[in-house]
Parts: sequence; structure tokens; C-alpha cells
Amino acid sequence: MKDPEKTILTPDGGVLEAPKRSMFYMFWRLFRKNRTAVAGMLIFFVFFVVAVAGVLLTTGSEPVLDPSMVRLQEKLRPPFSKPLYENLRPDEIPRLGIYILGTDELGRDVFARMLQGAWVSLTVGFVAVGISVIIGVILGGWAGYYGSNKITAGHVLGIFLIVLGTVWLFTDQMVSGIVLLLIGIFLTGFIGKINKQSGKKNSGKGFLLFPVLSIDGVITGLIDIMLCFPSFFLILTVVALLPSSIYNIMIIIGLTSWMGAARFVRAEFLTLREMDFITASRALGVSDGRIIFLHMIPNAIAPVLVSATIGIASAILTEAGLSFLGFGVPPPYATWGNILSNGKNFLFDAPWLTFVPGIAILIVVLAFNLFGEGLRDALNPKLRERL
Amino acid sequence: MISFIARNAVRKSITLFFVSVISFLIIYLAPGEPSQIDPLNPMFTKEVLERFRKEFHLDKPLHIQYLYFYRDLFTGKSVSWKDNRPVLGKIWERFLNSLPLFILGTLITWTLSFPVGIRAAISRGSFYDRSTTFLAYFLISIPGFFFAYILIILVVTQLHVPVIGMQTFGLSSANQWTLLMDRLWHLFLPSVLGAAGGVAVLSRYVRNQMLEVESQDYVRTAKAKGLPSDQVHYKHALRNALLPFVTMFGLVLPGLIGGSVIIESIFSWPGMGRMAYEAILARDYPVILTVNFVSAILVLAGTFLSDLLYMVVDPRIRL
Repeated sequence: MKDPEKTILTPDGGVLEAPKRSMFYMFWRLFRKNRTAVAGMLIFFVFFVVAVAGVLLTTGSEPVLDPSMVRLQEKLRPPFSKPLYENLRPDEIPRLGIYILGTDELGRDVFARMLQGAWVSLTVGFVAVGISVIIGVILGGWAGYYGSNKITAGHVLGIFLIVLGTVWLFTDQMVSGIVLLLIGIFLTGFIGKINKQSGKKNSGKGFLLFPVLSIDGVITGLIDIMLCFPSFFLILTVVALLPSSIYNIMIIIGLTSWMGAARFVRAEFLTLREMDFITASRALGVSDGRIIFLHMIPNAIAPVLVSATIGIASAILTEAGLSFLGFGVPPPYATWGNILSNGKNFLFDAPWLTFVPGIAILIVVLAFNLFGEGLRDALNPKLRERL
Repeated sequence: MISFIARNAVRKSITLFFVSVISFLIIYLAPGEPSQIDPLNPMFTKEVLERFRKEFHLDKPLHIQYLYFYRDLFTGKSVSWKDNRPVLGKIWERFLNSLPLFILGTLITWTLSFPVGIRAAISRGSFYDRSTTFLAYFLISIPGFFFAYILIILVVTQLHVPVIGMQTFGLSSANQWTLLMDRLWHLFLPSVLGAAGGVAVLSRYVRNQMLEVESQDYVRTAKAKGLPSDQVHYKHALRNALLPFVTMFGLVLPGLIGGSVIIESIFSWPGMGRMAYEAILARDYPVILTVNFVSAILVLAGTFLSDLLYMVVDPRIRL
């Protein structure tokens, strides 16, 4: 704008500038009209702060609020009740001087346990969705951009040998496993090489170059396969068979929920690839990597973001459900799901043990869902045109 | 048409094959072994263990075990490792228990979603629309087990009816009417819970679909030529908005075997979900794998059916 040659003067002497509205500003103008979505976003920020504060307050050797402090003489106290000081040793007195959310059947402070559990919910949501988005974008982008590339018989053979070699490697036949693995890797790489310089068909290796499948076909097939599994049942099976740990749960939820993201990215890539600006940049000699990462992914990411936000909500619900069934983080560590699951035995005597974590999960999941829907509306170009 | 069916069948059976391989590998490669499920039990001597492994082919290499397993499954000979009963018979028995839940839940979902969604779309932006939208998000977001406990508290304290299990214990001598009402009361809560999420999702979907059709040119034309608004909404718009839902009949199929693990555990309902859950806990591989396999078949059959229905209903689609 400072360039004098490009300045345009309006009739009354002012300087006419191009509208400075950035993409983000356009988005924000639409988004803030949606009051429920803004509320969802605010709750999300509050939740984030609470989870971080929870980690800081409940960990360490001398935590400010100790979630695992057992006070049997103080069990099942209702919310907002004062501790009975005469029954407590000095080191057992809660720092806050009040049980904000009551105590559970072992006299542990529910407020401290909720704070500890908030971090679990947050990390499960983000890590699981992070994994699923990464897999989804890679596979979807691959299928969408290089989808028409053929996989040749040589590739199939090579990959088959690699898989077989790995299986053998982990069973008994170490040596033959390694040999197979090497042949497989060599074959897969080698086919790529002669594919690149294939001007004339190599007579002897002709059958290796015979195209069998397209990359797109393989990846959509993989998506179909994954969609056949009943997801909660699959997650439950794997979690039950593996040693219980929070990381296993995150990884498994991530590995079983990438199909939506992959489909979105693939569809977006297929339309984007045919667009003029992509053809133009290809004509200019821009490299594939640059086209994909600078031009295509930013244009394709909107629906992925929306489904990721909603995915966080469903990952939190899944984790809570797993904790509820008893597969989750091992017991001394509190999660919202296992607080609720313990609380169900005292449903009529100590309803707060059910309601506190239940309402917390409800609010957080609701916030993510509303935020995601708001994002979807605000990122929808059809709605943007109306401004 | 025939080529479409043939191509689909081939593709789907390939998918099914891979599903069977992957689920088999997941279960057999996971750490631990079913023969070690109860290592402290004094009845499990070394010889018993060996016999057990031999009986269930656990001493064979993986691909042989795979062949054995699916041969047994297709000849109907595969038995549960836990109680030695045929897997298919076991599943069928539990399936019959889950079936009423499924039927009632589906009925509630489909009869409730359409009126709610259509009305919300017609009165877009009204109080009704906004409140049903919020309610739908509420129902999607609430954890099923938490909702179940709220409802249990409500129903038990307010209505004084029994809710846990399939029927009240020791009531078999009562007359037919009492028995029927008892069964219905036991069915009521779990199916309402199963339907709640479905109603929320489906009614939102109906609303969006209806809104999309309402913004089409031909609907505007119909309005412009002065048709009564009821006729525009229910004859011109609704008929076209219903198209995608015909295909959803196919997608209901997988729910037949799904059965919610969580809801069935809360209500002690001896259905599919609970059986699967118990099988997982006991590492009863044949049951786990069979449930997985049958549900994969149902998913594939469901998508196939919905594609076919779409072709029949929508003349624009000719594959």
C-alpha cells in the first residue's frame, strides 16, 4: 500500500486501499454471530486452563491438592461440607478447608480427583485426534493426489515379501526372515527406479511392471475394511488384550478413527487437483511437495478441522466409556470415567459422585460439539458469500 | 445392474477376507494367551494346559490356526472356549435377547426423528428449531452411562417400577397381563437410551436434508405459483428430502448385532453386547472373532443394500 505508483486516490482526496480483511477476520465475523459456538469455544479455553492447572496442582511430591489422600473418617461427605477437624491429623487437613465437590467412598477429595482427571480427558482427546488426523491427511492426500498411480506386480510381490519377512522375523526363522525382508525392500525400491525411467519396456521384467492396483483403490479399500469393524467393540477388544495404559487407549482410539478425515481429504484433493490454480502452479514448475503442502492442504483442511473438533468430543466420550467399563487408566489415577464408575455403587447415597463427573463430561463434550458445528458453519464458503 | 452386483460382491468379499485376517491377527498377536487366563488355578496342570492348547490348535502356526478357525466357523462347528457350547447357538440366543431392544429402539428413533426434524426445518430459526437443535447436541454429548443413571434415579424414585434385567425375578406365576407389563417396563429404559443418540443424529440429518431441498429452485417455483404451503412442504419438498433416508434402512442392519455394551451392562441385559464384553474378559477368541465377522458381514450387506435401494429409488443414479 505504501508504493506510490499503486496508490489510488478517491475523489475526495483519500487513499483507496484494498480491503484488509484477512481470512481469519472473515471467519471470525461469521463465527462470533453463532453464540452457542462462541460459548463452546470459551468453555474449551476454560477446560484447557483447568486441565493445565489440575496437572500443576495435583502432581509432585507435595501436591497442593492431593487426589490420592485417603481419609476414611471423612468418607462420602456431600459437596461444600467442612472437614471435621477433630478427626483429622494435621497433614490430612485439606488445603482449601472445604470439600467443594464432596468426598468419595475412601474420603478422597473429589475436587482434586476431578482436576487430575481433566488432564486425562484433554490429552486423550487431543492425542487420539492428532493421530487420526495425521493418518487421515497422509492417506487421504496420497489417495487424492497420487491415486491414479499404479501399483505394479513387483510392488505387490515386494511388499508381500516384506510382510512375510517381518512375520518370520518375529516367530522363529530369523535368518530367512531377514533375507526375505531384504529382497522385499530391494524389489520395492527397484521397481520404483525402473518405473521412473521406463521409456522402453524391459522385456524380462515385464511381468513385474504389470499394473495390478491403483493407490487410490488400495487406500479406499483400506478405509472400507476399517469401516467394517464395530469401532467401540474393536477398541474394547484391543484395550482389554493389551496392558492397560493411557497411551494405549489414545493410540487405539486414534488408529480406529482416521477414516473420516481420510475421506474428506481425499475428496477435497480430487476436486482441488483439477482446479486452475493447481494446473497453473504445475505449469510454473512448482514441485509436488510445494503444491501439496502450500496450495492443497490449506484448502482441504477446513472439513478436517471440523471433524477433528467433533472427534475430540467423541474420543473423550469413548475414554469415559472405557474407564466406566473398567478398562482405562489403572486405579489410583483418577479419570472422569472411573470416578463415575466408582460412584455408581453409591448412586442413591452419594449422588454427587455420579453427577459431578457426569456433568463435567457432558459440558466439555457439548462445548466441543457446539464449537465444531460453529466452525463448520463459519468455514462454509456458501455462507460466507452472503456477507 | 447385474454387473454392478457382481463387481460389488467381488469387492465386498475381498474386503471381508481382509477383515477376517486383520481381526484374527489383532487377537492372536496381542500379548498373553488364552491358556494362561487363570494361571493360579490348581486344576490347570501342565498336562491340562498342553491338552487345552492341542484341542484348540493353539500349538499350530498362525496361518494354520486361521484356516482351522474359519473352517470351523463355516461348518458351524466352532465352540466357545469358555463353556464348550457352539458359538453360533450362543450368539443366536443372545441375539434374540437383544432383538426387542433393537426393534423398539429403531422404532422410537425413526418415528420421532422425522416429525422433529421436518418441523425444525420448516420453522427455521424459530424457538422450536433452536431448542430442538440444542437438545440434539445435548443428547449427542451426554455420556450414555451417565444418562442411564439419571433415568434410573428418575424412574425408580418417581414411578416405582423395576428396571434392571429382562424381567422381575420370581414373577413367573403372575398372570399374562402383569408379565407383559413387566417385560415392557424392563424394555422401556434401555431402548429409550439406545434411541436417544439415534434420534438426535437422525433428526439433525432430516433437518439439514429438508433445508437443502427447501432452498431448491423448484420449491421456490412451487411457492411462487401460489400453492398452499402445506402442499409445498409435504408434497414437493419432503418427497425429495426423503430420498437419502431410504438408503439408511440398509445402514440400520449392523445395529442388529451391535448391542450397546455399556447400556446392556448397566441394565444387566443378557444381550449381544454383554456377551461380547464377557467374551473379551475371558479371552474367548472364537466368540470375539465370530461376533466381529458377523458384524462385518452385516456392515457390508448394509452398504450393499443401501446402494441398491438408492439405485431403485433415484432414477438419476445408474451405475
